[in-house]
Amino acid sequence: MILAATTNESLAHTSNYLIYSAMAVYLLAFFAHMAEWILGSRSKVARTAAALTADASSSAADSGTVKVQVAKKGGGTAVLERPKVVTRSSSGNRDVPDGPGAAGGDVKGDLYGRIAVSFTVLAFLVEFSGVLTRALSVQRAPWGNMYEFNLTFSTVAVGVYVTLLALKKNVRWLGLPLVTSVLLDLGLAVTVLYTASDQLVPALHSYWLWIHVSTAIFCGAVFYVGAVATILYLFRDRYEAKLAEGGKPGNFATSVLERLPAAASLDKFAYRVNAAVFPLWTFTIIAGAIWAGDAWGRYWGWDPKEVWSFITWVAYACYLHARATAGWKGRKAATLALLAFGCWLFNYYGVNIFVNGKHSYAGV
Amino acid sequence: MSKTEAAPEEAPRTAAERGRAERAADERELGAAGSQLSTAPAEDLSNGPVGIGVLGWARWFWRQLTSMRVALVLLLLLSLGSIPGSLIPQTNVDELKVADFQKRHDTISPIYEKLGMFHVYSSVWFSAIYILLFVSLIGCIVPRTWQFVGQLRGRPPGAPRMLTRLPAYTTWRTEADPEQVREAAAAMLKKRRFRTHIVGDAVAAEKGYLREAGNLIFHVSLILILVAFAVGQLFKSEGGKLIVQGDGFSNTLTQYDDFKSGSLFKTDDLAPFSFTLDRFDATYERSGPNLGTAREFVAHVTYSEGADGKPQKKAIEVNKPLVVDGSKVYLLAHGYAPTVTVKDGRGKVVFHGAVPLLPIDNNISSSGAIKVYDGYTDAKGKWDQLGFAAFFVPTYGGKGNGTMFSQFPALDFPVLNVGAYHGSLGVNSGLPQNVYQLDTDKMKPFKDDQGKVLKKTLLPGETLTLPEGAGSITFDKDIKQWASFQISQQPGNNLALTGSVLAIAGLAGSLFIQRRRVWVRAVTGKDGVTVVEMAGLGRSESAKLPEELADLAVTLIPEAPTAPDPAPEPAKDQVAEPAEAEGAEK
Ligand code: HEM
Repeated sequence: MILAATTNESLAHTSNYLIYSAMAVYLLAFFAHMAEWILGSRSKVARTAAALTADASSSAADSGTVKVQVAKKGGGTAVLERPKVVTRSSSGNRDVPDGPGAAGGDVKGDLYGRIAVSFTVLAFLVEFSGVLTRALSVQRAPWGNMYEFNLTFSTVAVGVYVTLLALKKNVRWLGLPLVTSVLLDLGLAVTVLYTASDQLVPALHSYWLWIHVSTAIFCGAVFYVGAVATILYLFRDRYEAKLAEGGKPGNFATSVLERLPAAASLDKFAYRVNAAVFPLWTFTIIAGAIWAGDAWGRYWGWDPKEVWSFITWVAYACYLHARATAGWKGRKAATLALLAFGCWLFNYYGVNIFVNGKHSYAGV
Repeated sequence: MSKTEAAPEEAPRTAAERGRAERAADERELGAAGSQLSTAPAEDLSNGPVGIGVLGWARWFWRQLTSMRVALVLLLLLSLGSIPGSLIPQTNVDELKVADFQKRHDTISPIYEKLGMFHVYSSVWFSAIYILLFVSLIGCIVPRTWQFVGQLRGRPPGAPRMLTRLPAYTTWRTEADPEQVREAAAAMLKKRRFRTHIVGDAVAAEKGYLREAGNLIFHVSLILILVAFAVGQLFKSEGGKLIVQGDGFSNTLTQYDDFKSGSLFKTDDLAPFSFTLDRFDATYERSGPNLGTAREFVAHVTYSEGADGKPQKKAIEVNKPLVVDGSKVYLLAHGYAPTVTVKDGRGKVVFHGAVPLLPIDNNISSSGAIKVYDGYTDAKGKWDQLGFAAFFVPTYGGKGNGTMFSQFPALDFPVLNVGAYHGSLGVNSGLPQNVYQLDTDKMKPFKDDQGKVLKKTLLPGETLTLPEGAGSITFDKDIKQWASFQISQQPGNNLALTGSVLAIAGLAGSLFIQRRRVWVRAVTGKDGVTVVEMAGLGRSESAKLPEELADLAVTLIPEAPTAPDPAPEPAKDQVAEPAEAEGAEK
């Protein structure tokens, strides 16, 4: 018999309030980000064009001189001059500096950007508590249906972003697209997908639920971050290519794209993010297979969900291969990455909603 | 990196020619130093077949097949080819759905049939894709492995002439003499687990071979997984068995209700074990929006391994199969088996037992048949057979409710509806009998007062008396449950698991480890002061490489302390001053 099988109604209500509050705060973050982008558009920086038209042989970047502290034998520290390291891009990359970020160096814009980040962190905490109370209200992992899946998904995506910010990575440019889509995701969750908190069907009673579903959500969130970076890469790359050919991109494009990191940086970021979770996605599928082996008596049965996980996996493998193949780097590889993310999205929404399979836990 | 063309779009408009020529020279030189940093095959697909005749073409074809580009295309095809199987019903997943689909789409179905769309994953074209992919994979791994072994036995290539052209570069002047610097650098790099040796005036070092090893392990384990899959398909066996509470099962072919096996499976391969279903417990949600949803299913069994093993108890749950001797017993479904007693006209019991009925909805409304094959004689003493169409609901809605269907899955208000027939049950017709269906073709119904089929809804303990002294049927108070199990044996699972673990480990090595080379050159400059140059080269551009190079330099500097800057002299072999571009590497 399951202990505490009844759901705790008041906790479930608290969870709902917290989710609505988080949405309100995300909305504030959204407006603050908008303000940041709008104020930032006042600054006129055109470093990309300058860099692209300069003499290439002088376009090596300098990582600068950094002082490093080195512990001496007898205690105490000595400050060593860290040597200058000159870095060069290999051929095929434009040597272009990263954009200054949404605020574009505008002080007020920067202030709004910081406010937006603070709101995002706050909203993250509120949403996280919402997910936690939801879990407590049912005394299980909060991943029993699509509503809960959506909540956790956006929480993790924002969590990844906040963690990158905390690690002092240059990712604030992700803020606006991320917050926008989190709002959409939550809006969908509380309207179309809402499911009252409840217990799980027996097939979901397994510790593999924790392992398989948590990694699946995590991978999805990270793939999502990768996809956003890839889309921005495609825009920015087109912009740089146009400039390099001597073209004149429109004012709006210039204003927005100029402030993004360089195409090469975006591309690298997207690759790292996708490559880093690919082994985890592999693990997710294997964990799912082991669970299916326990629950349904076969490890792999070509159930639609299994098929689409496999397709997603193969698509990302394609992307990684493309990166290793000379003729497919850059835009072509980026297109593959987006296709792969499309497969992931379809696996999540499409298969649950349009295709009937054994994974019909979703409760939509 | 081994690309030798300079993309035109980045060539500067000013001094473009010079830049291009310089770059080309660089690339040639870097090509040598950067060669073998991976074992990825070079892309030289544009060439036609070399040599003549069949052999030339065969070789060309083989080169195509094992190239990265074709691997990429095959991978794309594999993912595309998997799609239809997820959208069109598949025979091996759900035959009923396939039949239903074929009924509804009679124009497209024959075409789908021809294309193998109802069994995509075992169709010719799908098999062709993955077999080609795996041939390509093997054709790719074997040479790469040899190449990698060669690299492990060889040594990192010597320093390129112009270290300044490498992605990360640093230099300083020192008082120490070149020999000393080289020794110190070699020792330092060795300590940091670089493979290091001194060639000429420079130290060459390399690290991160695990990347390549991981990549090879990953691809090999893909093959391992495929082999495991094939072994599993060929040797597997899988059968179903429905067991009523109190009954038992022993693992021999004759005991199965249905049985499937791979083409290389032999009956002696069945593991000898037996088990009895002692009890089945089910609990359901009693309130809330999911009223009636199952919360827990547990089948309590006693099993013994081998012909005469010690009996042991075990609870089988949905996610917790019983594992005996390499076989797994999964709980699949459950239902009710009402106990009935059938008597003939003289009061002799001709049938007594629990009759398993099959659920037809979530609240376990169940239907089935009660069949009396032997021992029954009618009022005139003539031999006959009896059949009852049975419909059972665990929770009856009540007479006024208007529905016969069950309202809840638990045994809250059980009733059994029976319709009575006599005649031939059709056992001797040679056709397979479905025990859960009553074939009334050769049977006559008992009639009620209005001349309709005699039917009655019975409460536990109630009896339906057949007309004209034909006997009776009693719905006993003892309602049993049954559980159905899938017993499967699939060798190769451990191999698949090993392959999967290796695949993840290899992948992690392949994606997270950087393979990179570092060179340290120390020579005496024109003014007699030693010039140290350090440079690094990686597989891909990475922000970590310059960082690491700086770290290495910092470690080396105490051994080769910086000398004061020379009097300004024209740099002979120096790149132009680096442009001040803050924030390029973050
Ligand atoms: C069964 C299908 C295959 C899958 C799922 C697969 C998957 C992968 C993945 C995920 C990577 C990325 C790891 C990394 O970047 O280091 C990779 C790399 C690689 N694969 Fe495959 N692969 C497959 C077949 C092949 C075939 C047929 C070939 C040879 C023609 C091949 C050659 C390579 C090479 C050379 C690399 C390394 C590229 C590099 O050094 O960066 N793969 N593969």
